[in-house]
This record gives sequence, structure tokens and C-alpha cells, in this order.
Amino acid sequence: MAEAKTAPDTGAKPAAAGDNSVSLKTLYHDMLLIRRFEEKAGQLYGMGLIGGFCHLYIGQEAVVVGMNAAQKPGDQVITAYRDHGHMLACGMDPKFVMAELTGRQTGYSKGKGGSMHMFSAEKEFYGGHGIVGAQVPLGTGLAFANQYRNNGRVSITYFGDGASNQGQVYEAFNMAELWKLPVVYVIENNQYAMGTSVERSSAETHFYKRGSSFNIPGEQVDGMDVDAVREAGLKAIGWCRSGKGPIILEMKTYRYRGHSMSDPAKYRTREEVTAVREKRDPIDHLGQKLIAEKLASEDDLKAIDRDIRQVVNAAAEFATESPEPAEAELYTDVMA
Amino acid sequence: MPALSPTMEEGKLAKWLVKEGDTVKSGDILAEIETDKATMEFEAVDEGKIGKLLVAEGTEGVRVNQPIATMVGDSEDKSSPAATQKSAEAPAAPKRDAQKAVEAKPAPKVPKVEVAAALSDPEIPEGTEMVTMTVREALRDAMAEEMRRDDTVFLMGEEVAQYQGAYKVSQGLLEEFGARRVIDTPITEHGFAGLGVGAAFAGLRPIVEFMTWNFAMQAIDQIINSAGKTRYMSGGQMSSPIVFRGPNGPAARVGAQHSQDYSSWYAHVPGIKVIAPYFASDAKGLLKAAIRDPNPVIFLENEICYGRSFPVPKLDDFVLPIGKARVVKTGKDVTLVAHSICVGLILEAAEKLATEGINAELIDLRTLRPLDTATVLQSVRKTNRIVTVEQGWPICSIGSEIASVVALEAFDYLDAPPTKVTGKDVPMPYAANLEKLALPHVEDVIAAAKAVCYRD
Ligand SMILES: Cc1ncc(C[n+]2csc(CCOP(=O)(O)OP(=O)(O)O)c2C)c(N)n1
Ligand SMILES: [Mg+2]
Repeated sequence: MAEAKTAPDTGAKPAAAGDNSVSLKTLYHDMLLIRRFEEKAGQLYGMGLIGGFCHLYIGQEAVVVGMNAAQKPGDQVITAYRDHGHMLACGMDPKFVMAELTGRQTGYSKGKGGSMHMFSAEKEFYGGHGIVGAQVPLGTGLAFANQYRNNGRVSITYFGDGASNQGQVYEAFNMAELWKLPVVYVIENNQYAMGTSVERSSAETHFYKRGSSFNIPGEQVDGMDVDAVREAGLKAIGWCRSGKGPIILEMKTYRYRGHSMSDPAKYRTREEVTAVREKRDPIDHLGQKLIAEKLASEDDLKAIDRDIRQVVNAAAEFATESPEPAEAELYTDVMA
Repeated sequence: MPALSPTMEEGKLAKWLVKEGDTVKSGDILAEIETDKATMEFEAVDEGKIGKLLVAEGTEGVRVNQPIATMVGDSEDKSSPAATQKSAEAPAAPKRDAQKAVEAKPAPKVPKVEVAAALSDPEIPEGTEMVTMTVREALRDAMAEEMRRDDTVFLMGEEVAQYQGAYKVSQGLLEEFGARRVIDTPITEHGFAGLGVGAAFAGLRPIVEFMTWNFAMQAIDQIINSAGKTRYMSGGQMSSPIVFRGPNGPAARVGAQHSQDYSSWYAHVPGIKVIAPYFASDAKGLLKAAIRDPNPVIFLENEICYGRSFPVPKLDDFVLPIGKARVVKTGKDVTLVAHSICVGLILEAAEKLATEGINAELIDLRTLRPLDTATVLQSVRKTNRIVTVEQGWPICSIGSEIASVVALEAFDYLDAPPTKVTGKDVPMPYAANLEKLALPHVEDVIAAAKAVCYRD
């Protein structure tokens, strides 16, 4: 599916971390960490330990892991509310992420943000936003700051197929191209916005073309193939870093779970979900490839899973044992 | 029993899809569970074997966290540390924390006086038959009745048609009225709000649903600048008979960007009407009135109240006047004023205050603009004390406005300063304990009522 459409050949030589050096096995690990973390989050939600909205990233892991491998330290990430995967990929600690999900003092936002609103200044993760589309101008603003400072950094701005119809996305697109801002717009096209399929919401369903009236190039990528994502990410980030302005990557992906924990997902058939799970699962896919190419053994993969389960269980334990925020925190951080 | 929605407290085990002894793997569907909103499929998280099914198919009212089945890890899994930590339905006694988190969710307490209260409305003829229905059903019926009556009325919004409404308010409307009149929009609030206003200029009567009012902030320019001001700017030539509706205010644990009360924001604006009902009968009668009104109407619902049941008059065409508050209960010692979900709080507070010898008069504002100050003033002139209750922030709140009106118009009658009970002056925190602190509770209302009565 990785149909390169109007992809620019940047010719930019990838360097440092933003290159092909991260091993496939590491990418496997990073995707599986997200998968297991999300499964655990779903479980804690079922137990009433996580409240409110909780949007799981299961099925989409290859997108954020592939992109992260293509980034360099200093590049910024911003996304919407389906954000746990993005945080884990950029190196945020699963313990503190889980503790935020359970609303504890040890969480990244001291328990005040929750699943949808987490940030890490240290890891250049800018949230965690609940209003569909709002992060797109914000991510464009991060790119503006990069250009202003001429610091060579790139903003990786994620949003969904549904968000792609918000007006502010196009206001941002126009400014980004007009001012040649270094921003990669990653459209995670998981084919649904809540219960609405892209066909029912979008006049143009090829989201990589959404920048065409602003002259922003775009490419469609198989978002279930982590290696394809990394390749596309390297090219796109290179394009931005070399001063050519914004670029769009449309990641064709799929979410296995409901929109949030409370979505019965009656708008698609069980067979549709099963088919993707069985035929296109990004983790299974890479696992098979690792074994086939003798880059890892069955036992290696089992060991990875075992280690990850330990990390995730420890995170859950930490998150359920940490204290709730002190009452005084109600009034802190409102203003500087 | 897993919690499968932010507001779920108990569920029905609709169907088992596995039997004892079945081997399951992660992702397999174990059971269908009916929550407060929908029927959900519940998946296994880990591999294992179903031990015992503890709750029979068809059982209703199974509390969240009550064990519904046991799972045993299979031998291959024994080495994995995960084997000791089975999925949510394992009968390990819920951890203390889990229990606490569940209890922290606002319980849908429906005070006893409410039924009586909802019955006594001067607008409802004596002897009218009443039927019990949820606020959700009352809203749906109001829209359906108006759509049957007037072909220019249509409903538009995110997930209103095929999904039957994100909160199931528009259930069945697509089936009855078809896709011409029940329209799923893309996620483009500013766009479809403006489109609705344009359609209203052209003589249609749109009902625009915002999935929640939090998202109407994307559209507030069209609501105020276009819908609210055009009649005036056009010297009366043009009007926008449009209803903007959806759930307003905090739900449960959904954090700062999804938990805001917009009552005073819209009540501030000339050119629009603002309605915020509590009872199902008011939801129905006022929504019908809103749809017929020639002005833009902001209709503020409340997610937590959707599932509450109240008596609604069985009348062919039950339309209530906009702009009239209602004395829900008469009393003589203190006036308690609220709208929307906080009416539940003052009803509950009144019950407790009564046991301590304080006889409160209760006013449900129902409409916030135009505000029925006459009813409030009449009450204060009798009780000489007033407490307003709302979830919104304290600064420039509905309570601030009422305090100002009371101070101006009934100053000589006051025996105590007009007092506000409001949400705290902070963005809504996510943590269960902080969220609880941020919201007004019955105890706060009781304390304020006692303070203005100089009791402790
Ligand atoms: C402005 C706004 N409108 C509506 C919503 C409610 N809402 C939350 S997520 C969502 C669907 C978004 O879909 P998409 O952008 O495809 O992202 P996905 O959930 O698939 O990751 C909607 C309608 C919101 N949060 N903000
Ligand atoms: Mg989507």
C-alpha cells in the first residue's frame, strides 16, 4: 500500500538519530510496549482506576514508532487525545504516564491532566489536546519558533482523519507554506472519526492531497508497516529541515478498539476489525519478518514480550499505589 | 463487571460469548455488556482459560468491579509474570483504590421531593396523566414532535444520525425522518454552526447539536456574531430561528477541556435566549418552545442528567413559556436558586435542611436569558436570604448577576448577603479527589444556607 504519490525526493542525507540506524528489533520492542501498555490501560479502566475518556492507540503503533525513529533529538511532537503511544515513543516513562491515567500526584501532569492531557517539556512532547484539530495550529507554531530561532528543528504534528476537516487546519496549512515552516503534518487516517467513516465525512478522502491548494506536498504511507513509516518520515523530516517548508504524510492505519472505552463500535463489522488484525497487524507483521530474516528468534520475541509485560505491570502497580494529588494542588499551576 | 463508560456504575450482563473451559486469547470477545449508554463487547486482555462464570446471562444491575467470571492461566503462560495478573474480570477482590475510584464517581442521586416537584407546574392542567421518562427521551420526543409538525425543522451535528447521537439523544430520528432531515456532519463546528445560521436566515429551523458545548467554542463566533446580532444589524429584516443544543458542564473525569459550564457565557449575550432545564418535563416543553421561537436559542443540557427519570405530562402538544422560573418548593427561611444539574443539589439540600428546621424555598431558573428576576425577587422578599448554586466559575457567574439584581431591587429585604455556591475558580482537574473539590456539593449548599440563616 505504500504508494508514494507526490512525495518529494529530498535527497537530504539523514544524520544522527534521524537515520536508519535504529534496529528493527528495537522498533518491534517499542511497538509492543505501546500495545501492552494500552491493553493494561484498558484493563485498569475496566476496574474503575482510570476515569473519563480513555482513547487507546492499539493498531496504530507503527505510525508513531516509525516517525520517532526518523526524528532527531530536539524535534517536537504534538498530538490529540489518543496520545499514550506518542508519549511512550518519545521516551516518556510508562510509570508516570500510567500514573497520570490513574490521576495520581506522580503523573506527568500531577494527576490534573489525565489521559488526554499530558506533556513533557524535557522530551519535547507538547500534548495531549482534547479539542479536535486544535493541535494543528499549535504544532505549526512550534515550527514557527524553530524557524524564528533558526535551530534546525522540525515539528511533528499529528492529527486524525476526522480532525482533517476542521477549518483551523487549513488556516495553519496556508501560513505554514507561506512562511515555509518546518512542520510534518502526520495525518493518522484510521478510517474513522468516532462512528463516522472517512467516506461519510470527507469530500476528498485522500488526505495526502489536502495540502494541494496550498502547494504543500503529501504522501500516502502504509501506516501498518513501521519500516515504511520510518522511510517516509526520514524523507519528510529531511524536506522540512532543508528549509523547503511543510509536508503531509497520510498514514493509512486502523484502530482496533472503540473510539474511546465507551464506544460500542457498531458502525463497523467484527469481520472488518478481525481482518485487519489478522492480515495487517504491524507487530505481528514485523515479528514474522524478524524471524524470517533471522534477525530474531521466536524465543527472542517472547523474551521481549516478557520484559515489556514486567515494565507495564510495574507501571500499573506504581500508578495504583501512588497517592492522589495533594488537595492544595487544586489551586496550583493556574497562573505563573 | 468492567466500567465501560465514564458514568457507568452498574451494568447488565447481556450475553456470554464464552463458556466455562473455553480457551481465550487477547482480543477475544468474552461477553456483551449493557452499560448506561450502549451494549458493549468486552474483550479478553490476556490468554487463559475461562474458569467459572459467576454471573448468569441476563443479570441486571451488576456493580462495576463485581467479579463476573474467573480465569485460569494456561500452563504455557505460567512462566510469564502476566499469568499472575489476569484480566479485569478475575475475582481478585478489587483493590482498595479501585473501590475508591468507583465511589468517587458522582452517584445519580435523585432526591425524593423531586417527583412531587415535577408534578406541580401551573402550566400543566390539573388531572393530566403523567408518564415517567428520562430527560434523554423527553428531548428526543420534543424534537420528533416538532419535526412531525414542521418540515422546516431539521437536526444536524456530529454523530446525530447513524450513530444515534454520541449520547443517544437523537435515537430513532434518522429512521423516522430520513437523511434529509437528520444529518451527520464532519467535525467542523464553526462551519456547520454558520451553515445552520445561513439556513435559518433562509427560513429553515435548524437544530444544531454540539456533541458537547465544549466544542461550540469552535463555533462561538457564528453563534454570537451571526445568529445573535443579525436581527439587530438588519433593522429587523432578518432572523435566525435556530436552536443550538447539547450537553453542557462537567461530566465525570473528562478533564479541563471537556468540563466547562457555559451558562454565564451565553447568558451574557443580547440577541439570544438561553435555556438550561433540569426536569424531563421542562426539557421537553422548553425544547419545543425553543424550536418554535423566532430567535436563536442556546439549549444547555447535562450529560449526567440524561439518564434521570421524571414524570412528563402526557399531552399532545406540551409547550412551556421561555423565560419563566419555577418555584419547585415553597419555603420561608431561605431561597435556594439553581438551574440544570444543580437543581438536584438544592432539592437534596432542602431535604437535609428541613431536618434541621430550615424551610428552604427552591427556584429552578429553567431559562437564563431572559432571566426571570421577578420570581427570584418575590421569593427573596419573603425569605430575606438567598443562595445561588451553579457549577460554573464564580467570576461573572449567574449567581453574580442574581446577587446584583437582588442587591439593587430587594436591598431592604435582605437579612444576609446574597451568597454564591459555584465551581472553584480553576480549570477542571482530572484526578478524582481534585475534581470532587472543584465542584459544588450538597454539603456546600447546606453550609451556605445555614450561614445566611446565621446557623451552624
Ligand atoms: C472540536 C471538537 N469536536 C468534537 C469533539 C469530539 N470528538 C473527540 S474525538 C472525535 C473524533 C476524531 O476523529 P479523528 O480525528 O479521526 O481521530 P481518531 O479519534 O480517529 O484518532 C470527536 C468527534 C472534540 N473533542 N472536539
Ligand atoms: Mg480517525
